[in-house]
Amino acid sequence: MAVEPLIPADAPPQPARDKLRSRGARLYRSLVVGVPFVWLLVFFLAPFLIVFKISLSQIALAQPPYVPSFSLENLSTFWNNLQQFTVDNYVWLTSDPLYINSYLSSLQIAGIATAITLLIGYPLAYGIARAPGGLRPVLILLTILPFWTSFLIRVYAWIGILKTDGLLNQFLMWLGVISDPLVIMNTNVAVYIGIVYSYLPFMVLPIYASLERMDYRLIEAANDLGCPPVKAFWTITFPLSRPGVLAGIMLVFIPAVGEFVIPDLLGGSRTLMIGRTLWNEFFSNRDWPVSSAVAILLLIVLVLPIVWFQRAQAKTTGNG
Amino acid sequence: MQKSLGNIRRSFAPWADATQSPVIEFDRVTKRFGEFKAVDDLSLGIYRREFHALLGPSGCGKSTLLRMLGGFEEPSQGDVRLDGQSLIGIPPHRRPVNMMFQSYALFPHMDVAGNIAFGLKQDGMAKSERDDRVAEMLKLVKLDGFAARKPQQLSGGQQQRVALARSLAKRPKVLLLDEPLGALDKKLREETQFELMDLQQEMGLTFLIVTHDQEEAMTMADRISVMDQGRIVQVATPEIIYEAPATRYVADFIGSVNILAGTIESSAGGTTRIATTSGVTIEAETAGDLATGSEAFFAIRPEKMRLSRQMPADVTINALHGEIWDIAYLGDMTLFNVRLESGDIVRAATLNSVRGASEQIGYDEAVWLTFAPDSGIVLAG
Repeated sequence: MAVEPLIPADAPPQPARDKLRSRGARLYRSLVVGVPFVWLLVFFLAPFLIVFKISLSQIALAQPPYVPSFSLENLSTFWNNLQQFTVDNYVWLTSDPLYINSYLSSLQIAGIATAITLLIGYPLAYGIARAPGGLRPVLILLTILPFWTSFLIRVYAWIGILKTDGLLNQFLMWLGVISDPLVIMNTNVAVYIGIVYSYLPFMVLPIYASLERMDYRLIEAANDLGCPPVKAFWTITFPLSRPGVLAGIMLVFIPAVGEFVIPDLLGGSRTLMIGRTLWNEFFSNRDWPVSSAVAILLLIVLVLPIVWFQRAQAKTTGNG
Repeated sequence: MQKSLGNIRRSFAPWADATQSPVIEFDRVTKRFGEFKAVDDLSLGIYRREFHALLGPSGCGKSTLLRMLGGFEEPSQGDVRLDGQSLIGIPPHRRPVNMMFQSYALFPHMDVAGNIAFGLKQDGMAKSERDDRVAEMLKLVKLDGFAARKPQQLSGGQQQRVALARSLAKRPKVLLLDEPLGALDKKLREETQFELMDLQQEMGLTFLIVTHDQEEAMTMADRISVMDQGRIVQVATPEIIYEAPATRYVADFIGSVNILAGTIESSAGGTTRIATTSGVTIEAETAGDLATGSEAFFAIRPEKMRLSRQMPADVTINALHGEIWDIAYLGDMTLFNVRLESGDIVRAATLNSVRGASEQIGYDEAVWLTFAPDSGIVLAG
């Protein structure tokens, strides 16, 4: 005896309810997209436009220290004000080698530091991903544990370690490895150490995520087909973790380029980074328009690797 | 369950030939994971060109056995030999066996051709030769024209074929198949079973398959090892496993079976009488004589029972009386659950060889179940 189905298979669809549901779905969808959209508009695009406006202004002894300044009270001067905009600041950036050198030096320092972070972060992430299941959350927690302490305090702590009579030198001299203290503090090496230390979790976490998701059977299959373990790593594991590696590189490289605290506290007078140049322009020179131009240009410099990353990402997901 | 290759296969019985020696030997192998014994003092020989199935519920140790052959697990004790050579300590990439994984484990960043060529590349085979072999393999699994696809762009059945082609490409001495058809739907699974059998015959390879699906094992294998808790309970051909199971566990695991418990009333001249707990005395044929008074189980398959409204005139023994409790119409056959007067449920199956039989027995009817003394088997435990 077949049981009579509650809704016959050939029953006509219910148009009214479907329509209602799709309208609700559309509202829900626009809400889901809309909230972060508005958020970005208010807290990202608006400040960006303000900075961009300042970068086109001229320095002035005023409060705020640039002209033109717009206000809602005298809209009559709006057109007049608009004509005061100038690209002089950008021209200035190209004429003084300080800025170009700052950019290049920033990219170099960030690049080297990112490479070191990757070399340390990948084995760490691999080790965590291959650790027994119960241990993994603990190891991940340990990775992000430094975030519980203020970033500034942690960078300060490195001064105590790296300085001439600091912990590191004392330890090495006690071991007898060196007889004279190493000069690390106030050099680029200290900046590398600071960046690698501070950004390591941002490298480890995305790589871990991509490794952890990977089916270990793939390695077994490669071994089974005659591929020795080391080769299997380079032909299977590494290519499959590439999205994680790219994400890690982006997460470390982009903030490292604009880093200010680390070069300021650990770097020397010759450590040239764009974050410091910007700070000097803003606070020492009180040249808001030029420092705004520096910031805008930095943004453009950084958008390029992001675009490259997006494209690489699209390529892997497109194929996969 | 027909076996299209029945005649050819029946003549294939190297295990009965004393001059033959097995290609794979598990010699008193034990594998422990901590306190747990996944494989317990197990010995098994598998012969060249044999299609052997390891059958058992999950956790019975069948996959562990396969993985020890592949090199992914090392036995805690005992020896695993291939062609007389011990495999202990040889890493997976140096073993001349290949495995087809349950999840297929296709490399997602390589196309179909890349996946199939992977093993050949490891052997340093020349590109032209490799391409030829890949083309040959694709043809074999009927996937010509799919060489440039990525695994994710294929259906489950196609992925399964790629995995098969990849594991066969190196022409391994033994192909290990770990639940190879588990992810396929029933229809595709049945088709693929016959394809696998043809392929194995054609290439003359030794196949060792792990499955928990008794029907799959029955269809494909020359011999089946029924496993339970790390041990092999019975190794035999499908016919013997089905008709003459060694234990109640095997009888119960393969197909459906009625088991009537009782005590032996008398046993002489190959005829044993059992007083069952259902209150009926059963007469069965046994190879030897059994001890009177000992506990015994009579196992009989549903299709070996005759179902009728009236007690057949020629029957004097082995008749159970009851009423129809449940009916399941399966198309080719109908299953009847009959409730005996003792309350026990016994299943009988009738073949629907005539269309639309009007004389169908209905619910709650009183019926007789009769069977010949040689249609069941007496099991001790």
